Amino acid sequence: MNTVETFRTGLEAVRAHRLRSGLTVLGITIGIAAVILTVGLGEGAQQQVASQISSLGANLLIVTPGSTTGAGGIRGGFGSASTLTVADATALASSTVAPDIAAVAPTVSRSETLTAGTANWTTTVVGTDPSWLSVRARTVSEGRFLTQADLDQHAAVCVLAPTTAQELFGGRDPVGQTVNVAGVPLTVVGVLTSVGASGSSNQDDQAVVPLTTAATRIFGGTNRNSVGQILLEATSGQTLSAAYQEADDELLALHGITTPASADFTIQSQQSLLTTATSVDRTLTVLLAGIAGISLLVGGIGVMNIMLVSVTERIREIGLRKALGATPRVIRRQFLVEASVLGLVGGVLGVGLGLVGAVALPHLVHDPIAISGAATAGSIAMAVAIGVVFGVYPASRAARLAPIDALRSE
Amino acid sequence: MSPGPTVIPAGRSRAGAWGRDAPPVIELDGVTKTYRTGSLEVDALRGISLAIDEGEYVAVMGPSGSGKSTLMHILGCLDVPTGGVYRLAGEDVSTLDETRLAEIRNRRIGFVFQQFNLLPTLSAWRNVELPLVYAGVERHERRERALAALDRVGLTDRVEHRPGELSGGQQQRVAAARALVTDPALILADEPTGNLDSSSAADVMGLFDELHRAGRTIVLITHELEVAEAAERTERIRDGRIVDADGPGAGERR
Repeated sequence: MNTVETFRTGLEAVRAHRLRSGLTVLGITIGIAAVILTVGLGEGAQQQVASQISSLGANLLIVTPGSTTGAGGIRGGFGSASTLTVADATALASSTVAPDIAAVAPTVSRSETLTAGTANWTTTVVGTDPSWLSVRARTVSEGRFLTQADLDQHAAVCVLAPTTAQELFGGRDPVGQTVNVAGVPLTVVGVLTSVGASGSSNQDDQAVVPLTTAATRIFGGTNRNSVGQILLEATSGQTLSAAYQEADDELLALHGITTPASADFTIQSQQSLLTTATSVDRTLTVLLAGIAGISLLVGGIGVMNIMLVSVTERIREIGLRKALGATPRVIRRQFLVEASVLGLVGGVLGVGLGLVGAVALPHLVHDPIAISGAATAGSIAMAVAIGVVFGVYPASRAARLAPIDALRSE
Repeated sequence: MSPGPTVIPAGRSRAGAWGRDAPPVIELDGVTKTYRTGSLEVDALRGISLAIDEGEYVAVMGPSGSGKSTLMHILGCLDVPTGGVYRLAGEDVSTLDETRLAEIRNRRIGFVFQQFNLLPTLSAWRNVELPLVYAGVERHERRERALAALDRVGLTDRVEHRPGELSGGQQQRVAAARALVTDPALILADEPTGNLDSSSAADVMGLFDELHRAGRTIVLITHELEVAEAAERTERIRDGRIVDADGPGAGERR
């Protein structure tokens, strides 16, 4: 008996018991749809995190001071200078010292209250230099960004992020207006393009001023050469680790530190942030997929149950087919085909239900769902495999039946 | 066969074509069958020797428990003997495995059962073509041969009917067509009239008569004398032994 005939016979048997086949298929359908949706939710969350992190600037390295004093960089002891300085940033910007570093942006930041007319808004004021724009992968939607001249002249200018501009000026054009920060009037020269919120730090709510202006006129204090962070941009994704090494070596040398373990700074890459964030998401995905997998297992047991019932119920049919010349192999294949047809139909319907869910669910829960072709094809293959695996035992029971016993039974 | 429209030419007798030198279709030599149920051994057959020639119409008759069902299972290659030799069309089938037995059943034997054993979801011709499916015959040829077999049993106008839409007699005719379709060496009928009213039974017995006249080898298992009398030779079986090799009308035709 050839394959076409085997499939025809299997399909006829499935069709002959529509309700029972339908219920079995339903079990598989729900299992597959659950797997597709949970994996899709996990993938969607991972993609979202990845795109948010890359929006902070590609190939970015962040140098923060004080590895021993916590991620916040809060240093103990009064009067002690912060460990990162403008000089460090200048040294790293040299293309001979660090050829794989494309741009360097030292930053200082502090929360300040900005006022414009009667409106006031508290936000992060970032003091930096012109390369910040490219390092952060930002663009300006109106006006211009800071220039070297602004820096040299300690100019009283600022560039606002879109949310900040909206809060202070409403619908009005902020360019050319004046903003007061800690008593210093600053002229707004530009507005940044929106990149959306990411995590706890809202990239659309900040005010950017020249580093020199921030140090001497706004923040003041004794450590006018120290900086809060140095942002480094590697020349490409491939040179990121080389850039990391160069920055590490140069800063250790500048700070006169011989043992890397006692370094007074930390270099982080967006990659390490991304890895952490995605690994959290992945754990969640695995957990959800595990639960969905259990429902798939239950569906598989349903297939096995139905196939066993089917073998018992059709014992006379099996006996007859054997009497007419069906070999045990042919009988086994016929039942395996039946089981895998149940799996296949369940898989295809499950994928369909999953896709419908992927379209409908984001309207309800605001979580993105990413359905990949590979996951879809994999689910269908998995459904068929479940049919086959759970069909093996019933099929071999059918194949082993002695024709006389099968024919005799009532 | 009373209402059937077809007449089968008598010249098709294979016995005539092969002559007396051809090996018997069935040759049993000291066949025994012992069933083991736990520690209990039951001797269902205690040494049966029997030869049935090409073209013969033989009834095997016996009360229930006589071993006639066991004999029929062995004749039909549904079971293998515990001892002795069984040759079917010259081939020793007493030691074959399940797969080879399935092939022998498919090629050499056509079954007609008391319960008809038609698949209720398939139309008449699809039921008839089943043995050809397992023989690996190509689809177009299967349909042609199935229709020819249904034509031979007088059911040309019922080929697309399902078993549930046919009378008992018609169902047994479909089963007979299924038994004929592979052109087997032996047609084995197990109480073929047991589930039929008397007119349908007469109808089916008429069909067997006609098949016999056309040269088919038929073995009929029954417990009814009336049915056995239709055959040209009767073998009586009791307690696992052939007790009387003679039957109504047997002598004159051998």
